Amino acid sequence: MAKRAGKSGARATQAKTRAKKSPSATRASARKTSSKPASKGEAKALGAKVTDAKASAKKTPPPGHDHPDPYAHLFADEYHREYEASHEEMLGFYRQMLRIRRFEEKAGQLYGMGLIGGFLHLYIGEEAVAVGFDSAAGPQDRVVTGYRCHGHALIAGCSPKSLMAELTGRAPGLCKGKGGSMHMFAPDHRFYGGHGIVGAPAPLGTGLAFAAKYRGEDAVSLTFFGDGATNQGQVYESFNMAVLWKLPVVYVIENNHYAMGTSVDRASGQKDLHKRGESLGVPGMLVDGMNVFKVRAAAEEAIAYIRSGRGPILVEVKTYRYRGHSMSDPAKYRPREEVQEVRAHHDPIELLKERMLDAGIGEAEIKKIDRAVKQEIDEAADFARHAAEPEPDELYRDVLIEEA
Amino acid sequence: MPEITLIEGVNLALKEKMAENENVVVLGQDVGLDGGIFRATIGLIEEFGADRVIDTPLAEAGIIGMAVGMAMNGLIPIPEMQFSGFSYTAFHQIENHVARYHWRTRGQIPMPMVIRMPYGAGVRAFELHSESREAYWAHTPGLKVVIPSTPRKARALLRAAIEHPDPVVFYEPKAIYRAFRENVSDEPETMEIGKAEVVREGRHITMIAYGAMMPRTLEAARMLADEGIEAEVIDLMTVSPLDEETIIESVRRTGRALVVHEAPRSFGPAAEIIARLNDKIFFELEAPVARVTGYDMPPPFFAREQWFLPSPTRIADEARETLKL
Repeated sequence: MAKRAGKSGARATQAKTRAKKSPSATRASARKTSSKPASKGEAKALGAKVTDAKASAKKTPPPGHDHPDPYAHLFADEYHREYEASHEEMLGFYRQMLRIRRFEEKAGQLYGMGLIGGFLHLYIGEEAVAVGFDSAAGPQDRVVTGYRCHGHALIAGCSPKSLMAELTGRAPGLCKGKGGSMHMFAPDHRFYGGHGIVGAPAPLGTGLAFAAKYRGEDAVSLTFFGDGATNQGQVYESFNMAVLWKLPVVYVIENNHYAMGTSVDRASGQKDLHKRGESLGVPGMLVDGMNVFKVRAAAEEAIAYIRSGRGPILVEVKTYRYRGHSMSDPAKYRPREEVQEVRAHHDPIELLKERMLDAGIGEAEIKKIDRAVKQEIDEAADFARHAAEPEPDELYRDVLIEEA
Repeated sequence: MPEITLIEGVNLALKEKMAENENVVVLGQDVGLDGGIFRATIGLIEEFGADRVIDTPLAEAGIIGMAVGMAMNGLIPIPEMQFSGFSYTAFHQIENHVARYHWRTRGQIPMPMVIRMPYGAGVRAFELHSESREAYWAHTPGLKVVIPSTPRKARALLRAAIEHPDPVVFYEPKAIYRAFRENVSDEPETMEIGKAEVVREGRHITMIAYGAMMPRTLEAARMLADEGIEAEVIDLMTVSPLDEETIIESVRRTGRALVVHEAPRSFGPAAEIIARLNDKIFFELEAPVARVTGYDMPPPFFAREQWFLPSPTRIADEARETLKL
């Protein structure tokens, strides 16, 4: 994550609260006072119920503490702070989120044209999660994630050309066309993959954190997985070891509400996924993942908490994927209106754009980014379509370092 | 150096490599304070501390997954599975990450790691505590499978495995952990991974074995020698990749071969060795290549354990049959 543009995580260590209430904050507080949700659609979307029911709950400091726990607010039922971004930072968020969206849209098109093999899991709708965390992380921190990994790889610093060429299985792809959509790696950018098996990266991120601590690095391991992964046993094996050895790892649950076609409600006894670590000693935060300012603030505080040496933390980020689980998913398990509702009223890029306009950033400046991103992604797609395929002898390469 | 047992050879190699390289760490259930379930790691925690000799919770998938992350970030982890039969909950971490990280990342992330696990029957245990499933790991591209058969080899091969850039499954024959002693050199000794050794020379038949089957195969060779049959015996030491050269060179001379393993018969290492001999020197063979193996069943409880394991008598009988052809 060393080479990304617009990085500002190292500068600010404490998230700033927004002095003026944002439109969404206003909506949230309106819900707090209202006995029933504003509309059926809103109630369904994105943890609105959780916000309604528990927004005012507070944790009392443990007995014997003269001073309140400086981190207590993290574990209130929903995290409310928003990062106060400068114009430049907002433009940076916007650019990165748009890059992810345009990249994924283009990948979807290429897949439809038969140029991409394997499976393809798009991150559209979830952009604020990766960007919020990435912008809060330091250059020394590491990222590991599951199969919905293109967005993370892109903002970690991988070129869209290398990523798109990986999807089309071409020789100049990030992993020479040998990894494909789910298996992208760029240790030079501190991006440790891309993993196809749900839940399996949790111990990997924990091990990265162990090694970081062992080697005396001040590096946090940002370990992302989805709501589906929270039902995998090894996730809890990881939590336990991370607590035991106070490892610097942030577990981020990208809760997009559906594990393939099975909703959290239909798969989880404890549906408040941020509470899933409690019995093992991993405190959990709940964050609105459609608001990049909230994600950024939460990420910054979570990372600061880790750097204070307190051990791991769990952040559940409620988000939403607009597309199916993969390209072959007709998404019959959720009503079309639900997707439309989220797109229309909770889109993370639209929300950011509104805020940018409110803050006085001109349309022209935004359009300039739009054009540049479109060009960058179009070029990547052209490159990925026309690059050479790997040579056959490449297939055996790297299976072993020392051949017999 | 005094004569040591096989498990002391394991312990010695761990101590030596940990002293040489501070990136080497040992982790697993009971490896620290308890010194390991079979005492392979005894004394390590006193010498190297709890930061490097890590008592883990009971969580095989988590242990191997953690080790993958540790290797990704520059360490050389040596996880221990208490019994090879316990490694199945970690199977996917080994298959999906340990074995193919280097390949999948186009050589960007090597996976230097040694997964130690005691295997095999003969200790009056039962199924999951007596398994011999080296074929699983040998079947997985990207892994190397090393199985020592003597104290000296245990020390030299484990040292080599820890120095090796590829991930190694180090399968330890627990039945002979303390069966006999052997002199080891004071100087650190290393043996090459991927090399087999002719441990007894002969001209009538080549008998190929490894691990806990070595003493039994050598005993069979002695029985045959009393009858004037000179059996050559090869210790594979590395099951995967196979040292085809050493095997073929020997069988070409003897014209006959017999493979011994305690793993189940079907799709076992013997099947692969036979296939390679047929591929390479079919017309130089005097008889079909034979095999003496465990049966296609979970290892039985202790009362029938010796019936399951290839015995010197069974091995010698099969050799005689082959020589009749």
